[in-house]
Amino acid sequence: MGFFLETLIGGLMAGMLYSLVALGFVLIFKASGVFNFAQGAMVLFAALAMARFAVWIPDWLGIGNPALANTLAFLAAGALMFVVAWLIERLVLRHLVNQEGATLLMATLGIAYVLEGVGTSLFGSDIYKIDVGMPKEPVMILEGSFEGGLLINKEDFVAALIAAVLVGLLALFFQKTATGRALRAVADDHQAAQSIGIPLNRIWVIVWCVAGVVALVAGVIWGSKLGVQFSLATVALRGLPVVILGGLTSIPGAIIGGLIIGVGEKLSEVYLGPMIGGGIEIWFAYQLALVFLLFRPQGLFGEKIIDRV
Amino acid sequence: MLYRENGQFKTSYAADQQIFPIAQDRWAIVGLLLFAFVGIPLLVDEYLLRAILIPFLILSLAALGVNILVGFCGQITLGAGAFMAVGAYAAYNFHIRIEGLPLLLSFLLGGLTAAAVGIFFGIPSLRVRGLYLAVATLAAQFFTDWVFLRVPWFTDNASSGSVSVSNLQVLGWQIATPVDKYLFCLGWLVVFALLAKNMTRSAIGRQWMAIRDMDVAAEVIGIRPLFAKLSAFAVSSFFVGTAGTLWGFIHLSSWEPAAFSVDRSFQLLFMVIIGGLGSIMGSFFGAAFIVILPIALNQFLPAFGGLFGVTISTAGVSHAELIVFGALIIFFLIKEPHGIARLWSTAKEKLRLWPFPH
Repeated sequence: MGFFLETLIGGLMAGMLYSLVALGFVLIFKASGVFNFAQGAMVLFAALAMARFAVWIPDWLGIGNPALANTLAFLAAGALMFVVAWLIERLVLRHLVNQEGATLLMATLGIAYVLEGVGTSLFGSDIYKIDVGMPKEPVMILEGSFEGGLLINKEDFVAALIAAVLVGLLALFFQKTATGRALRAVADDHQAAQSIGIPLNRIWVIVWCVAGVVALVAGVIWGSKLGVQFSLATVALRGLPVVILGGLTSIPGAIIGGLIIGVGEKLSEVYLGPMIGGGIEIWFAYQLALVFLLFRPQGLFGEKIIDRV
Repeated sequence: MLYRENGQFKTSYAADQQIFPIAQDRWAIVGLLLFAFVGIPLLVDEYLLRAILIPFLILSLAALGVNILVGFCGQITLGAGAFMAVGAYAAYNFHIRIEGLPLLLSFLLGGLTAAAVGIFFGIPSLRVRGLYLAVATLAAQFFTDWVFLRVPWFTDNASSGSVSVSNLQVLGWQIATPVDKYLFCLGWLVVFALLAKNMTRSAIGRQWMAIRDMDVAAEVIGIRPLFAKLSAFAVSSFFVGTAGTLWGFIHLSSWEPAAFSVDRSFQLLFMVIIGGLGSIMGSFFGAAFIVILPIALNQFLPAFGGLFGVTISTAGVSHAELIVFGALIIFFLIKEPHGIARLWSTAKEKLRLWPFPH
């Protein structure tokens, strides 16, 4: 029982990390109808920027305090993501208004290539560490109720907490602020939103910025877990089943989907893995999402698809 | 003689329905085929055959398959690499496990196995569509990656995980030199391109296009979505699967699952979108573009840097390649979202009026 709970909690926490990546997809899809394959590249780019700035900024300014240096690096990386978002809107999206989904999808793949190339040539392609002072040592909890207690990775716990806070902030931003309302209006209907005076281009920049910040947070957390390296770009592929399971347009869906996928992956790896050979987690996530899709084609929380001729 | 159809009268239905209605087109295609079958083997050196022409031929076959599914039937797939892998590994298993099975037959059986797997992974298309389907097809990709890596039966218990074939013979013809390989791939491609062209302009192709344009409306006028979608998946996977067998047997001759990774799937989708969705010709253009571009960039960038007195390191070249590749793709999508095939047909329209456009 203790082992099962441990696996379950591990899965939930991994799931929160997947949700962070998935959130980036959902944000952009909601507001612009673009399925952003470059999200993984953005995570890599942001993490690379953060890792390098955290080294460079103390060198330039002579700051000894690591917390201040990290904060400054985070802000600098955030500013860089803003520039990236602005450039993407200016150079790519603006010219592709009203194109089909597949074309936009391919364009974001092109963006992903460019971002990977620019990121690695600006910041180098070595493996970097991000050290934001996340606690590394595991802790035991609930020792009274179980024999041996539950072993929990503190780092995962902090990461899950950060993810939860970020999601809460985003929900507030979308529901309570004027910009958030404008974003939802654009998501609903581009033309109607434009006709009541919402500037489409600025909204897109904002949404890509928010996605960039989400990518930055995801990059920092994943980067401090795994190290910043090229393979970070593939976390997007881990986020995809989460998005389709939760529904492409739903922020709560991304969270719940992430939790389901995280738990499913961990449980399958632990209990099913030994039977059919290891390494099944990546395709298992997709199969799980597929099974859900067969029953709810729009994902768990997606908007109902109505067919009209 | 100017390029136009004036004065070319059709006196039979067969003449009216031929693939190239204009005589000049027919002569051009005959000339092109003659050049491809006779001229290129005589003129071109081995490097060009091995590095560019053979990959181009095989990937155009795969792009044809993807185009049938994405361009004609409107079902976006990101799992094409998986079906290439299924074709290659299935053909490999038929080849080594059944003594004396002719190579051509094991190629076709490999394709048929890919078709069966394609139908299975096409089932979700009956419920979900668009981007949801695109992501769902990734399930096929990751599943086959895993199967061919982890289940030793498929690789004949090879300890390194890679499989290899040698001594290929088709009807007594030993396929050993690059010229042999080139001719074999070319012959195969010509047969299947003709098949694809004819399929897309017959009843089944029109069903696919109706489903693509609006599946509910197609259903209302009596097209069975189940049959149309799954047949598109089957035919597409067959093409992609045989392309996979050619890629494994003829091009690589020793391969591992990484040869058919998710990057390959993206590459194939790039080909059909840059080449032109729903166009047979476009598949060839797209394949040529995607095959040649990285090689050209690799050759061209250091020279270009040298022009300005900048030496670009090897790592720098590979980064710059990524950037230029991505930027060119975006540029093409913005300038011509309908692909190179559209440019081609515009050029042909212009040529018809030339030199008196008014």
